[in-house]
Amino acid sequence: MELNEIYTQILTEHNNSRRNKHPIENPTISLKGVNPSCGDEITLQLRVRAGVIEDAGFTGVGCAISQASASIMIDLIKGKTTKEALRLANLFFGMIKGEIKDEGRLEELDEAVALKDISHMPARVKCAVLGWHTLENAIEGKKE
Amino acid sequence: MNPWAEDFPILNQKMNGKRLVYLDNAATSQRPLPVIRAVDEFYRTQNANPHRGLYELSVKATQRYEDARSAVRKFIGAGEDCEVIFTRNASESLNLVAYSYGMAFLREGDEIALPVSEHHSNLVPWQMVAKAKGAKLVYLYPDRDGRLTDEEIDAKITKRTKLVAVAHVSNVLGSVYPVRKIADRAHAAGAVVVADCAQSVPHRRVNVQELGADFMAFSGHKMMAPMGIGVLYGRKELLEKMPPFLRGGEMIEYVHEQDSTFAPLPQKFEAGTQNVGGAVGLEAAIRYLEGVGYDRIQKTENELLNYTLDGLAEIPHVVVYGGTRNRENRGGVISFNVEGVHPHDVASILDADGIAVRAGHHCAQPLMDYLCVNSTCRASFYFYNTKEDADAFLESLRKVRGWLGLGA
Repeated sequence: MELNEIYTQILTEHNNSRRNKHPIENPTISLKGVNPSCGDEITLQLRVRAGVIEDAGFTGVGCAISQASASIMIDLIKGKTTKEALRLANLFFGMIKGEIKDEGRLEELDEAVALKDISHMPARVKCAVLGWHTLENAIEGKKE
Repeated sequence: MNPWAEDFPILNQKMNGKRLVYLDNAATSQRPLPVIRAVDEFYRTQNANPHRGLYELSVKATQRYEDARSAVRKFIGAGEDCEVIFTRNASESLNLVAYSYGMAFLREGDEIALPVSEHHSNLVPWQMVAKAKGAKLVYLYPDRDGRLTDEEIDAKITKRTKLVAVAHVSNVLGSVYPVRKIADRAHAAGAVVVADCAQSVPHRRVNVQELGADFMAFSGHKMMAPMGIGVLYGRKELLEKMPPFLRGGEMIEYVHEQDSTFAPLPQKFEAGTQNVGGAVGLEAAIRYLEGVGYDRIQKTENELLNYTLDGLAEIPHVVVYGGTRNRENRGGVISFNVEGVHPHDVASILDADGIAVRAGHHCAQPLMDYLCVNSTCRASFYFYNTKEDADAFLESLRKVRGWLGLGA
């Protein structure tokens, strides 16, 4: 494992940025996501109108990987339909599990591709997917 | 050069291309070759189901198992072999006391007193007892230096207290709690004392007579024995009046269709085939540990603790939890955080340099809440750690904030 493949500029910028890390106005969905084993905890808020994610934000505490991953995810899903967001989440899960390696297919994950090497760090996979699993549960109407 | 390197082959390997620096000894220790060989020898030449067979091999296995029990009895200063119950680990030992003593003898309105820093294994079982029996959990809160003051002990242990659960050494703060003083106070109040010595027995001599606790639990794996063998010491008169914990083979006297009578101590609490290989390994670990000597263990760990705490004080943005002033009477456990960096990121960055530390809530979530932190990193020493290990740790830690784009 090379640290510079994990703690990239994209990751540290997102981790240090508050751009997506704040409550949003008039959320239609608000859902907590937790990794009980490490204590990471985020609350994801979405404002969905006519099937489109108009705005999204998150709050909470967690490691750089979980926080950056959630922030990158929000950049990616804003303005997309919930169906599209779910498809991207599944693509992300495939990448993190190391099942989807094809760069062409992963291209649409944009900055989230910076998290690809987490697939070589089994202990950190759950950090990378926390925000995305919360998104999946939020859209599918699952409770915490 | 590490004088113990030959005995601990696992320490001589590389992790991520770097020399392994193992600083997670509070989670589990490493095993020296004499322990590994003793277990190997048992399975090669003496293995059979103990207490059962009438043939020579089984008699040998029984002898090895009971010899291990005697070795533990001497090691902890217990009065009789039957006061030593073999379990899987300290957690099982503490659960045994909670399920058997706690469920049988605690009543509605009774109080169970315990420090908020207890490991979940000496806290969650008491929550169960309290809920089932209508008893109340009363917490003792350590001061800024991680100590339990006399005032706190006197205020929380009262005539309503029926049981006190306390760790000898905190697995997060490294504090050494005054078990003897607590036990004297508890006994005067008519309460029994359950001491979790998982973090003390590997590092300092624990004599149950001097400790004063009625029950004492520890794990083999934190003191170089295999995983899966642990000990519960209990005072004989208490163990005798307690109902069994697990029921089944080996722990009975007579079994009828509707009723059973139980075997005498210690078999009453050892249902099913026991971990004889583990007990043999534990005996070998005791021999090895006594060969090293507690004086030397204490001296080495205290030097490492002092050196590392001094080093940490020089690194900006590092916060240490627990007492840093009274270092003489403190375990070799250092919990810390790097400001602005989550403990899991710290652990991953140290891991890239081959350094193994723990990050998380350390099975002490109520303490994390009390300290107002989500989680911490923890470095913990054993006698086979060296100054070079501490240097590697400190050097790697200096780089952590840089990896996250933060100023040093």
